[in-house]
Amino acid sequence: MNTIITTIIVVSCITAVLAALLTISSRTIGNYGEVVLTINDDKEYVVNGGSSLLDTLRSERIFIPSACGGKGSCGYCKVKVIEGGGPVLATEKPLLTKEELEDSVRLSCQCKVKQNIKISIPEELFNVREYSAVVERTEQLTPTIKLLRFNFGNEEISFKPGQYIQLKAPAYEGNDEEVYRAYSIASSVTDKHAVELLIGYTGGIATTYVHHHLKEGDDVHVNGPYGDFYYHEDDGPIILAGAGTGMAPIMSILQFMADNNINRKVLFFFGARTMKDLFLLDKIKGFEEKLNDFKFVPTLSREESEEWHGEKGRVPAAIDKYIEKGENYSAYLCGSPAMIDSIVQALLLKDIPSEKIYYDKF
Amino acid sequence: MIEVNPILIFFAAIFTSNMIFSNFLGMCSFIAVSKEIPTAIGLGISVTMVMTATTILNYMVYWTILVPFNLEYLMYIIFILVIAAFVQLLEMVLERYLPTLYYSLGIFLPLITVNCAILGVSLFMVTRSYDFMQTVGYSIGSGLGWALAITAMAGIRSKLNEKSIPEGLRGTPITLVITGIMALAFIGFSGMVQIQ
Repeated sequence: MNTIITTIIVVSCITAVLAALLTISSRTIGNYGEVVLTINDDKEYVVNGGSSLLDTLRSERIFIPSACGGKGSCGYCKVKVIEGGGPVLATEKPLLTKEELEDSVRLSCQCKVKQNIKISIPEELFNVREYSAVVERTEQLTPTIKLLRFNFGNEEISFKPGQYIQLKAPAYEGNDEEVYRAYSIASSVTDKHAVELLIGYTGGIATTYVHHHLKEGDDVHVNGPYGDFYYHEDDGPIILAGAGTGMAPIMSILQFMADNNINRKVLFFFGARTMKDLFLLDKIKGFEEKLNDFKFVPTLSREESEEWHGEKGRVPAAIDKYIEKGENYSAYLCGSPAMIDSIVQALLLKDIPSEKIYYDKF
Repeated sequence: MIEVNPILIFFAAIFTSNMIFSNFLGMCSFIAVSKEIPTAIGLGISVTMVMTATTILNYMVYWTILVPFNLEYLMYIIFILVIAAFVQLLEMVLERYLPTLYYSLGIFLPLITVNCAILGVSLFMVTRSYDFMQTVGYSIGSGLGWALAITAMAGIRSKLNEKSIPEGLRGTPITLVITGIMALAFIGFSGMVQIQ
């Protein structure tokens, strides 16, 4: 009995002394005092040095996209550090291209703020904020895809149609790490107090959380909006193409066009396997009435049923069939990298200018 | 307690009882970081530093705390705690005062925490019942021996880059083969001094 007690006391004391020592030294040795953080040459922040650039920016309520939470494994949190970043670390090098290294791009989760530092970030990131929301509604659209509506209460979000937000998946039973994953917003930009997401089940950390743990009424944390995939003003006809949850940003774009009475010709190619994989058909039907010249072209690759009268095969083949010459077209694609690459090939063959092909690979 | 001069122990730890070639401890970083000479030297120096400091600290903790309370069996946990805390502290100090060295060591520094050669030296110091001066000699010697081994290996491996090696042997396998041959060569030193 005595041995047990002395063991506990001795181990606790030694651990406490070491912990105290480390805490004191991180307050003294690890304390770099106040430093000035200059962003885009015009905004200055006085911050406490010593933490990573990502955390420092977060404490100033500037959110840089990051999917791994600062572990240096996703490579999303890239920021241009003009001055005061110190040398590039070995942990960053594998995630930076040669051009980025020359352009002094750093991973903000690895780069520490220890002296006055100058960085440049895209202006849009100042718009990014963190939101607490309540799950207002969930709906199982297909066996694997769920629609979720997050309500922000009194807070407002302003985003461009096609942009995405990051959802925080907290630790849950069977998963002890907290991760952020990106999902495109499927709802209208005029719906400022809520966002809708389409989330497909893949067995990953975040999708397992959403499909098996998240219920209506639960609290969630998101930040955003992010992304350079969004609707651009133009006059020519427009091609939309997606598969699975790639429907989300396209729904937001269609809603935006309907709300603003934009009279562009629209062709929406949607790739799926069978009729069971089609969803939100009522909403799409609504757009056929609201929009002036809208055509929905679902393209099924594995449908054998006699009932199906639509397109069969792959989306690039359907594009080939529906479009003759595309010089004045613009295109918005959202789906898997393989799918987007094949569609881009098909679009280029129709002379659609590559600078007018916008895509979001996931 | 064995009666061996601390200076003899120091040399023995480098040559006859080299951590890598006679105990095969600290192999993972030995194989992973022995590709280039400069990084190998950097890691070798930091291992020596950490090894010396933590062994001396562990010596004091062992004889002043664990032995009086009859808690010798706790040494594994306590030694690891001391090593982990020391490496953290060293990381902070280097980052603040010697940033150049800090950046050149990069991720190898935290890796030292889990280098079993470091824990090994602390444990051998106990099982061989060294006194304080012997412990000092032994820990510095072991660190330098480890540094010598990894630097020599990095030298050999940088020469190997230009040679055509059968595909199945490239990388770790050939390194292990060479380690074996180097260990055989180090047997040549044995018999000079015996410390284990």
